[in-house]
Amino acid sequence: MTATPDSTAGATAGAQADAEPPTGSGPLVELDDVSKFYGNIKALEHVSLEVHAGEITCVLGDNGAGKSTLIKIIAGLHRHDGGRFLIEGEETVLANPRDALDRGIATVYQDLAVVPLMPVWRNFFLGSEPTTGFGPFKRLDVRMMRETTRTELLRMGIDLRDVDQPIGTLSGGERQCVAIARAVYFGAKVLVLDEPTAALGVKQSGVVLKYVAAARDAGLGVVLITHNPHHAHLVGDRFVLLKRGVMSGSHTKDDITLDELTRQMAGGSELEELSHELERTPAPTLPGASTATDDTP
Amino acid sequence: MSGSTAAPDRPDERLVRTSPLRKLLGRPELGSVVGAAAVFLFFAIVADSFLRASSFGTVLYAASVLGIMAAPVALLMIGGEFDLSAGVLVTSSALVSSMFSYQMTANVWVGVLVSLLVTLAIGAFNGFMLTRTKLPSFIITLGTFLMLTGLNLGFTKLISGTVSTKGIGDMEGFDSAHALFASTLTLGSIQLKVTILWWIALVAVATWILLRTRFGNWIFAVGGEADAARAVGVPVIRTKIGLYLGVAFAAWVSGQHLLFSYDVVQSGEGVGNELTYIIAAVIGGCLITGGYGSAIGSAVGAFIFGMTSKGIVYAEWNPDWFKFFLGAMLLLATLLNAWVRKRAEATT
Repeated sequence: MTATPDSTAGATAGAQADAEPPTGSGPLVELDDVSKFYGNIKALEHVSLEVHAGEITCVLGDNGAGKSTLIKIIAGLHRHDGGRFLIEGEETVLANPRDALDRGIATVYQDLAVVPLMPVWRNFFLGSEPTTGFGPFKRLDVRMMRETTRTELLRMGIDLRDVDQPIGTLSGGERQCVAIARAVYFGAKVLVLDEPTAALGVKQSGVVLKYVAAARDAGLGVVLITHNPHHAHLVGDRFVLLKRGVMSGSHTKDDITLDELTRQMAGGSELEELSHELERTPAPTLPGASTATDDTP
Repeated sequence: MSGSTAAPDRPDERLVRTSPLRKLLGRPELGSVVGAAAVFLFFAIVADSFLRASSFGTVLYAASVLGIMAAPVALLMIGGEFDLSAGVLVTSSALVSSMFSYQMTANVWVGVLVSLLVTLAIGAFNGFMLTRTKLPSFIITLGTFLMLTGLNLGFTKLISGTVSTKGIGDMEGFDSAHALFASTLTLGSIQLKVTILWWIALVAVATWILLRTRFGNWIFAVGGEADAARAVGVPVIRTKIGLYLGVAFAAWVSGQHLLFSYDVVQSGEGVGNELTYIIAAVIGGCLITGGYGSAIGSAVGAFIFGMTSKGIVYAEWNPDWFKFFLGAMLLLATLLNAWVRKRAEATT
């Protein structure tokens, strides 16, 4: 599983080709007991996870569970305060997002990190624009940029109406796919997806999940952040559950069922309590009579 | 599920074919071009002497003086920032050049080069303060604007004893510097100031940078969505400082023109010009919130400005009306831009 996907990932790599030792079956990215504090607030404590090539690691958690903080650490936007962060077995502190990109970690944010008013092709290459020519005549390779954008999106099954249209005019699912295609094209080894299906309908979510699976099959290690256990269980190989900044569970696909994942994700016992509470509420009465029948003995 | 995403052989049925006209309507500078044509027609009708060849040279000169600054200011606005100090920076640049040469009795070229360094340093200061403090550029450059206004007057009085500098017309190197920054070329019956060449060159370079270089892509990005730009690896800080350096460079060119066309500089000049630069950029289609616009648009904006300011004179009206016209133009152009953009985007 290691050799073939790695070479295909390397083939698509346009930007970086150096430092590619055969890593065996070790994780591409590993967090070991990582913590992060904002002043006196513990945003994340003792979290460990592994990302392997050709696998999807899902991070599940409710709002405020620390998912965003986790992403920001992996993406190089924040530095971790405790524990170890290993990339291909090597302990690292990322300086900035550029650093993370150079090491093959690409992040697709919830707000997608696209500039709405800019054309799709400019967005696709933003930050890594190819140039042609020398000295003062060094210029953007516009033709190549347009064509590549078109073909790369076609490969993901998106037939774009016009690569010149502002990316803000695309639908949420399409934008998500552009962002994923961009990461795959630039030879990411690890793809971090921040709630890719959060704002999408059922159909669009399915489309996006297919691309996530396609990226996995291309040999990338994927980190999928979500609060939807159904989506996670559909594609995930490993599951890390976060709750109020701490890790409340870590499973592989073999040792957890969808029901159990949903139960843990939804707060487990809290959900049971809630369902009891809801059951105890009186049976629905007629809408008109509801206020009058309140406290009748 | 797969049906909706599988690549069809034929063009997408959702796509209405984009006509060339529609594409044209989507250009940021379109509104200003329509406006320029309207202003041109208007003055061609009301002012007899407006269409004369000599008038054309005068109009272009007025446009070029503004346009040299409007181009980099437009780039800065596309990058999402303002520079309120740009107007007085022109004066500062001229003052430094003039006073350094005079006091050191050096070749004027030495003063010109020292002025370039000082002006770029002030531009870098603006950019550095902005990116370091993360305060709005409106505040930062308003501060620089006031400080420079004070320094211009204060230093000039301190050194020359009056509010204007001493003449440097008889100093070594003046003639060649005059030729570069303030000479007049005769083309048939038309007198063209050399600033027009500077203007064309700067707009061409600015357009090239904006549309065909990586830096240009970054300008759109930092103005459109700075956080997103940073997240994909765009050097936001370097881009913004670069934009302020661009404004400073143009201020240096304008400052040297100011100095070498008269050989003395009034230290109180330049206040208020910064708004004119912004107006020209906005008329030219720059979005006030950044991320959209063009350098060519700024040139058209400057041209409208030149036609209006000189057209009123040729129509033999009281020049007091000029400001009214400018304001009305600004409103009309902005409305037209918004309308055109809405129409163009609604059909994509």
